[in-house]
Amino acid sequence: MNNVKANDAFLVKSYIEGNENSLSILIDRHQHRIYSFIFSKVYNKDIAEDIFQDTFIKVIRTLKRGKYSEEGKFLPWVMRIAHNLVIDHFRKNKRMPKFDNSGDFNIFSVLTDSSLDAEKQLIKDQIEADVQELIKELPEDQLEVLVMRIYKDMSFKEISERTGVSINTALGRMRYALINLRKVIEKHNLILTN
Amino acid sequence: MAKLYSESSPNKVKKMSPKKETVNFLLSYSKALHISTYKRMEFESFLN
Repeated sequence: MNNVKANDAFLVKSYIEGNENSLSILIDRHQHRIYSFIFSKVYNKDIAEDIFQDTFIKVIRTLKRGKYSEEGKFLPWVMRIAHNLVIDHFRKNKRMPKFDNSGDFNIFSVLTDSSLDAEKQLIKDQIEADVQELIKELPEDQLEVLVMRIYKDMSFKEISERTGVSINTALGRMRYALINLRKVIEKHNLILTN
Repeated sequence: MAKLYSESSPNKVKKMSPKKETVNFLLSYSKALHISTYKRMEFESFLN
């Protein structure tokens, strides 16, 4: 045991003197114990990986700054750093608790995704394409008003100004456009619902 | 002597260890990190 401690001390000294390979040996020697210790506290591989990394970043910076005093306790020192970082992790999570969705209450019962799923989106696209084909069968003046109103989102006032007819005429053309569109849909027995 | 039917043995217990990428990152980080001091100030620089 003393031999291992002496070896650690020698490797730390060697690393501080610039031998990067010593760090590789130290990590290789102690990674299982340190990683297992962290994992036993956090029970999450990704978090354990992050804390392991942060632990050794602290170790590297402290050693390179010459702030480490060698007392033959390299591993306990690294474990202490890891322990402190685990505590930091839990403190941080306490301030920003994560919802793990493991209880009776299901968070997804109140959080819903209002966007359409792939199938419904396909159906919607198909219906819109069909409607665009259908409106081509309308008389030109009705088609013009319908396109301006529905696709260009123009007001009837704007439509009347653009087409040079009164608002009432524009309203009438829109009404007939919808009536004729329904007739075409019924004639072809089309079902345009999502 | 009673037979042991369990397959696991201490040798087969997989040790938990971090990913190779993590260790490699740490070694690269260590190689790249250079700390220089000027009077009482410390400067960290990363060399590629």
